Amino acid sequence: MIHAWFIARRVIAELLRDKRTLALMFVAPVLIMFLMKLIFTANSTTSVTVATVGLPSNIRTALNDVKHVAVVKKGSEQAAQSALKAQKVDAYIEKTGRDRYRVTYANTDATKTALVKQGFGAAMTAAGVKTLRQTVTKMGKTITVMSTTIKKLTAAQAAAAKAAAQASGGTAANGTAASGAASGSGTAAGAATGGSSAAGDTAASSDATSGTATTVAGSAGTAAAKAAAGKTAAVKVTNRYRYGNKDTGFFDKIVPILMGFFVFFFVFLISGMALLKERTTGTLDRLLATPVRRGEIVAGYMLSYGVLAIIQTVIIVLTTVGFMNVEITGSLFAVMVINFLLALVALAFGILMSTFAQSEFQMMQFIPIIVIPQVFFSGIVPLDSLATWVKDISYVLPLTYAGHAMTQIIMYGKGLGGLGLDIAVLLLFLVVLSALNVRGMRRYRKV
Amino acid sequence: MTATQMNLNHVVKRFGKQTVLQGVDLTVQAGEIVGLIGPSGAGKSTVIKTALGMEVADGGQATVLETQMPNRALLGRIGYMAQEDALYSTLSGRENLTFFGRMKNVGKAALPAAIAHVAAVVELTADLDKRVAGYSGGMKRRLSLAIALLGDPELLILDEPTVGIDPALRRKIWRELGAVRDAGRGVLITTHVMDEAELVDRVALLLDGKLMAFDAPAKLERQYGVATIEDVFLKAEGVAL
Repeated sequence: MIHAWFIARRVIAELLRDKRTLALMFVAPVLIMFLMKLIFTANSTTSVTVATVGLPSNIRTALNDVKHVAVVKKGSEQAAQSALKAQKVDAYIEKTGRDRYRVTYANTDATKTALVKQGFGAAMTAAGVKTLRQTVTKMGKTITVMSTTIKKLTAAQAAAAKAAAQASGGTAANGTAASGAASGSGTAAGAATGGSSAAGDTAASSDATSGTATTVAGSAGTAAAKAAAGKTAAVKVTNRYRYGNKDTGFFDKIVPILMGFFVFFFVFLISGMALLKERTTGTLDRLLATPVRRGEIVAGYMLSYGVLAIIQTVIIVLTTVGFMNVEITGSLFAVMVINFLLALVALAFGILMSTFAQSEFQMMQFIPIIVIPQVFFSGIVPLDSLATWVKDISYVLPLTYAGHAMTQIIMYGKGLGGLGLDIAVLLLFLVVLSALNVRGMRRYRKV
Repeated sequence: MTATQMNLNHVVKRFGKQTVLQGVDLTVQAGEIVGLIGPSGAGKSTVIKTALGMEVADGGQATVLETQMPNRALLGRIGYMAQEDALYSTLSGRENLTFFGRMKNVGKAALPAAIAHVAAVVELTADLDKRVAGYSGGMKRRLSLAIALLGDPELLILDEPTVGIDPALRRKIWRELGAVRDAGRGVLITTHVMDEAELVDRVALLLDGKLMAFDAPAKLERQYGVATIEDVFLKAEGVAL
């Protein structure tokens, strides 16, 4: 395999001379990541302006209090409509009847539409809660009044029942003493006993009810007290983040996948081009006219591009951690291993695809066919809600496994040991594609 | 003229339904230059590819240095120069030579001397450390030939080595080929240039995958009753002179 080593050295020497390609491999990912960070961080501060027509003032105030929502009051629907048309507002809300509202959206930006929906919902809840609070306070008072009434009533009832029981008990005793055959009075006695026990039950349950009522009244009182106190002393909530910090956003989520993507994309393209060039300039033929093994050529390419992928990963990791404040929970070594593996898969893929291309332009045509779909299915967009057959597509794409493994390492701190399946699938891709490549080179030399 | 360096014995080669070689018998002895001439599409490149083992004969036998082709290990003893230059243009001449030397299993210790020797032969010593991208067409051809000469191959197979180069350089290359022959090695060369065919020891005329004639140029001229190999070629093709 000594030939593989020399081929690797030659490939690297060639790349080192090609400064632009090197810059593309090492600077482009950092640049794109930086731009993505800017875009995805800015995106979270979308704000909307909403026009209202005949909305109750409490709802309007509540809506205005919602973050990133500004409210403009309009006198008529026509005025609101023209404001919408003139792109001055993003939506308008009108009250059409008792508890009936109609919202009209510009809907040119789904995020804004969602924000208005969410904001209006929140405003309604906030306004509702205020009303509810007042009701609850009122109800608390009513309940206190009611429970005292119930207590009084129960006491009265219990007293009445006791009196009745005493009365019937006396009759029964009398009956038994008088004659055992007096079945009619015996039944009466039974009924009386039943009646007394029923009365007792009622007393007990009414007691229980009054107890509950008191508790309700108590808690209502507490709630009212809290609501009153709410303005002076806010509830203290401490947030703890298992990964990242309060600024962790969408960008952080896609960083692990992007890392894998850049490695895949550049190694796929550049190695594919390199082998294509070897083929079209005839150096591959010349190489195959020496005693080198076909496998050694593939291995030499793997060695060189594997090293490049590692350097690329180091650069991406250093810049994302250093300048973009991305946290890597797991070990850097594990990140390297996965990226190295992915680079080898990308290389094998690139070499295989290059055999189907007649020119560099045709090689470029594989980008929308092979590379871009992988981005969609790699986990940048959550696939959980998609149809099963769509998810199935992702299982045949190597970036899915690398992206999953990288997310597990970077965000959840998993070690390589817990990623056996991802690694196994990547290795399988590698073995199959490499075998196809070594086999495919038989077209150029029969041994 | 003792050992047979290359022996094609009734080689048949088909690509799909098309039969490119229809039973070609061709030998190259040690210490001789064999020229292979024929029009485009006659099958010259296929003859070379079969001799190198890049293609497998569908019929007959291809033997090089008494070993049946295709044989990977034997390729180290064959020097091959293709029609195109096939060089790594971002690397220097020396880097190209070093790389192919390593591929041909020239030992690390022997490599610098071997490179110096072949570079001197093609007169590239002064330009060895320049990048190939800055070479002229002629320099590239010479470097290409130098690579083929690396490792003292017992058989040289050259596909149109003098295409597109100036007469002075052509002379030089032929002189070098003469030296290779005199060192007791075999050379198989394809060419389009008919006056070059006069310079070889034996010339083979390939037409439509068949070997029309194979002998010393002078003998062929006598046999066909014409003055030049070009006329032999035309006569064999059936063109009225």
